[in-house]
Amino acid sequence: MSRKRVWKTSSIVSMVVAVGLVAMAILVNTTSLSQHTWLRVLFGVSAMNFALRATVPLVLGALSGILCERSGIINIGIEGMMLAGAFAGFVVKVATNGWPLGLSLMAGVLAAILIGGVMGLLHATLSIRYRMDQIISGTIIIILAAGFTAYLFDRDAVAEGKFVAMPIPGLSKIPVLGEVLFNNPPLTYLALILVVVLHVALFHTRWGLRTRACGEHPRAADTVGINVNRYRYMNTTLGGMMAGLAGGFLVLEAVGQFQEGMTAGRGFISLAAMIFGNWMPFGALGASALFGYTQALQNELLLAGVVNVPRHFISMLPYVVTIVAVSGFVGRVRPPAAEGKVYETESSA
Amino acid sequence: MANEKIPALEVRHITKRFPGVIANQDVNLKLYPGEILGLLGENGAGKTTLMNIIYGLYHPTEGEILVRGQPVVMHSPKDAIALGIGMVHQHFQLVPVMTVAENVMLGSETVRNGFLDVGAVAQRIHELSSRYNLDVDPYALVEDLPVGVRQRVEIVKTLYRQAEILILDEPTAVLTPQEIQGLFQIMNLLKEQGKSIIFITHKLKEVLQVADRIAVLRQGKVVGEADPKTATQASLAAMMVGREVILTVDKKPAQPGPVILEIDGLTARNDLGEPALREVSLSVRAGEILGVAGVQGNGQTELVEVLTGLRPALGGRIAIQGKEMTNASPRRITEEGPSCHVPEDRHAYGMVSSYSVAHNLVLNTYYLPPFAQGITVNESAIVEHAQRLVAEYDVRTPSVLTPASSLSGGNQQKMVVAREFSRPVKLLIAAQPTRGIDVGSIEFIHNQIVAKRDEEVAVLLVSYELDEIMALSDRIAVMYKGQIIDVLPREEATREKLGLLMAGVHPDEAAAST
Repeated sequence: MSRKRVWKTSSIVSMVVAVGLVAMAILVNTTSLSQHTWLRVLFGVSAMNFALRATVPLVLGALSGILCERSGIINIGIEGMMLAGAFAGFVVKVATNGWPLGLSLMAGVLAAILIGGVMGLLHATLSIRYRMDQIISGTIIIILAAGFTAYLFDRDAVAEGKFVAMPIPGLSKIPVLGEVLFNNPPLTYLALILVVVLHVALFHTRWGLRTRACGEHPRAADTVGINVNRYRYMNTTLGGMMAGLAGGFLVLEAVGQFQEGMTAGRGFISLAAMIFGNWMPFGALGASALFGYTQALQNELLLAGVVNVPRHFISMLPYVVTIVAVSGFVGRVRPPAAEGKVYETESSA
Repeated sequence: MANEKIPALEVRHITKRFPGVIANQDVNLKLYPGEILGLLGENGAGKTTLMNIIYGLYHPTEGEILVRGQPVVMHSPKDAIALGIGMVHQHFQLVPVMTVAENVMLGSETVRNGFLDVGAVAQRIHELSSRYNLDVDPYALVEDLPVGVRQRVEIVKTLYRQAEILILDEPTAVLTPQEIQGLFQIMNLLKEQGKSIIFITHKLKEVLQVADRIAVLRQGKVVGEADPKTATQASLAAMMVGREVILTVDKKPAQPGPVILEIDGLTARNDLGEPALREVSLSVRAGEILGVAGVQGNGQTELVEVLTGLRPALGGRIAIQGKEMTNASPRRITEEGPSCHVPEDRHAYGMVSSYSVAHNLVLNTYYLPPFAQGITVNESAIVEHAQRLVAEYDVRTPSVLTPASSLSGGNQQKMVVAREFSRPVKLLIAAQPTRGIDVGSIEFIHNQIVAKRDEEVAVLLVSYELDEIMALSDRIAVMYKGQIIDVLPREEATREKLGLLMAGVHPDEAAAST
């Protein structure tokens, strides 16, 4: 089947599934169906909420990947940027524990974004200026982040407070959907907004057109006067910021504290979400939601005390689904044509 | 026509040095408004370097550029575009996954309230399309467009930026004969509207047809100018190469021997799943050249792929020297034919660009002694073999260890030919053997093909250049929509007859109309 057909078919399928899921969720939560454990596990409000919370870092990581790769830089270091951002957010939050909570949290978020951006800039410099293999430079970022966060982490430090849910007046009263979608802490809303923003920016602005050209056919962009490497630096740094924000979310909105290695592979699952989503923001959101949902299932199954399925198999669930999803789509999705290749401008001759 | 005093573009004493080589030396050229200047030169003569300097991609080591009489300094293509210079590159600079409109506006986007205004761009493209006869659909994806249309998009790109000076780099290399005439009409239309065009090409016939003046570059210097009204292909070729070039192929009459290649009722599909070959039957004898003529896209590519084992045959038979070879592997066809293949696209199928010349020359024999002993490779044997071939086939390269990508197109092709022709074979399949290469190399390769024929090799020559088919073939088969519409002996084939056949007019109708 041609690529276009596969993509069209899977978009339709996923929309049908999404609608079905919403319908089931409404049914299960508002009727007596909620008596059945399995249905509650699969479609309960608790599951939905958890899924959304799990989706946020994944989709932010995927957006980070999209920003970098659409301009031509392969970024597998999202995991490291996320972890670094999480740590930075934690450190600043702890340092500002005395400030009013809102300000302290904002400072943490800004620190997370900043450090993520620095890691992004590092990746860009290594890849562009030093022409390092981009996979290697991404790996360096991961190891660097894991190392310095573990080394500098003070286990006795405690962050006081985290972002709380901000219900949107009116909309949050809608049964089921309102509780899940419109009663969330700010960074969750921000993530969803960023999906829309990135989509519009990539496909409807001058910046987006030039970025995509840099990733697909840098020579064509160069011959019309676009500075390819400048776009790559810019996008990779922005991507780093996005990943840093994901880390900030983990510490400041989800968990409340930092733990060593707390990203737990989310950076890699984001990459899978990016690929599965065909390097499109909305595709990445759908894929992230799928993976987030499996993480929710894992949690719900444990909470519901389901004992006939071994605990470890349940923990494997998100990762197995990721593998199955991506392997089914390899070759049917299309990465930006020029990603991973160093671009040498002729004028540098 | 071209008698305006002030040239639209002038280059004075342009010299460009790279480490180890002088690409352009003291080049002086003038281009007037409303004229087409043909720029001729072999590969490596410095044409593309000169154009890159004019377009702002390179800085000249010495010399100056004047646009409309004013000296200018350009730091990047942006400056050139601002001065009204537009370039259509030989290898299109179009992003395949984007639409025509997106490609045209890239770098000069029209923006409304912060967002791309594709509608305005499409509107402007429609205006340009009708004014210059350049029909393109702004919303089509470039990857869906045939090559001739993509070229129109490239031209629209330059006009969209109000180019007054257009540089066309080898524009006809990828076009069918009809598309070439269409391009010339467009060029004349542009010229009449006051634009100036630099037309870079190898094709002597074309430059004589469409240019107002001709400049010839050789080894970085302008060796002379010619007037198309008085110059001939022979005089131009001599200027390009620096010696007499024999443009017709001198060959003795064919002495055909036994049938070597037998094709019977061959059917196959193309990459899109559509029928490409519909019951093709042909035979080629030892000591003859069978030329397959036709407009590109009528199944020639698929025919060669099936014959060389690169595409499955869905029906029919192929036999080489009587041996059953239908759907045989490429290695079996090569070894047992024995046969050799000069592919249509040397970059994709003929060589490994990043490999050295020496390694490219053993691409299909590396596993045989003396190049291999058991599991190890004998590098010195490979190098020695390469040095011998490079001398014999006049492949100009600094050393046999140079990567093939550094060679000019003509020398790359000679390298492929050296590899293929140096083995003892009974069948030679050559597809577009002289595509995109300079006159000197064309002469050489044509002579090599005829020499093979005289060694009693059966030669199947596929080419979209009617001149090449007519110069080399002993018999000519014409393909149309996946079928062999007719086969004629060379003596009976005229351009008119072949042209009709290539357009699908059956021989009986053709005979009736002549």
